[in-house]
Amino acid sequence: MAKAKKRFRVTLNRAWCKDCGICVAFCPAKVFEAGERGEALVAREEDCTGCQSCVLRCPDLALEVEEATPSQAAEAVTHGG
Amino acid sequence: MKARDYLIEEAMPLFWCRGCGNGIILHALLRALARLGKSREETVVVTGIGCFGKADDYIRTHSIHGTHGRALAIATGVKAVNPGLTVLALMGDGDCATIGGNHLIHAARRNIGVTAVVANNLNYGMTGGQFSATTPQGARSSTSSFGNPESGFDLCRLAGAAGAALVARATVYHAALLESLLVEAISCPGFSLVEVMSSCPVYYGRYNGIPDPAAMMRWWQESAVPASRYAELAPEEKQGRFPIGRLGGSDRPAFSERYARVQEAAQAGAGRWIQAGTDR
Repeated sequence: MAKAKKRFRVTLNRAWCKDCGICVAFCPAKVFEAGERGEALVAREEDCTGCQSCVLRCPDLALEVEEATPSQAAEAVTHGG
Repeated sequence: MKARDYLIEEAMPLFWCRGCGNGIILHALLRALARLGKSREETVVVTGIGCFGKADDYIRTHSIHGTHGRALAIATGVKAVNPGLTVLALMGDGDCATIGGNHLIHAARRNIGVTAVVANNLNYGMTGGQFSATTPQGARSSTSSFGNPESGFDLCRLAGAAGAALVARATVYHAALLESLLVEAISCPGFSLVEVMSSCPVYYGRYNGIPDPAAMMRWWQESAVPASRYAELAPEEKQGRFPIGRLGGSDRPAFSERYARVQEAAQAGAGRWIQAGTDR
């Protein structure tokens, strides 16, 4: 059986985020997207490779990336992620 | 402890502007403290005035918020009295290079075991984007609308020439490098300076055609060159670029080591002169 792809949880703290767009511009896996008002959105969490570069470059400490627990990963698969 | 354990979460969100690089430096510093396993009780953060002078509001260690330009003077006092403490002076270019420039050269000359972290955003952000002693020649600011006639300091060369034990530079784009340089600097027994080129999109960026936070990050990505590669660039290729990484230092004994010898001699009896050092 092929090894399951690692899943990551990307948590954006909306109360700390100032929508600067740095995560949207620099994520190598294009996980983020800017919304209609330029707000940062976690659009494709399933594509996250866990590189942490968004966490390191977020000027507002608003991002956290953690490896998903097996149950969270399974849930993501169920929801078509 | 994790980096977040050093963060005062009740004080969040950060007071800095959208896209300001200071939060990236703050986070790198918290990670460096966590990597070194520094105890909050034995770490002292000293700040002055300016945007980055607000950094101590968010750091759960001991802290002293001093007057403009005097963070290094206060940090020197703390370290001299209690050499066992880890002492950090967090300053902007206004604090460190402009109003407090004299403290910088003497802290380096004295080789006091303090780590200076300078958020260099190339202008006085807090007061409205006036030019500082690091604003590049020709750059626009609220007080140099037609271009700055002065040249900016190269803080790393300045601190290195004055005798710092470790001198390094990173940018807010190079956040992982920044973290390792901070780890190295905080571990250094003598005076260390880490200059961090930081984004001020609201003033410096807006006055100089890069008001977008991501564009400003890209500017750092393109302007910064690893020191070994920078040395090989032709003079015309160096235009608008600067080296990053560890840029210099010396292995002179730190102030605390020398001062301990002075104390020993003084306690051993009057009338004995300390032999003068020969290393400069």
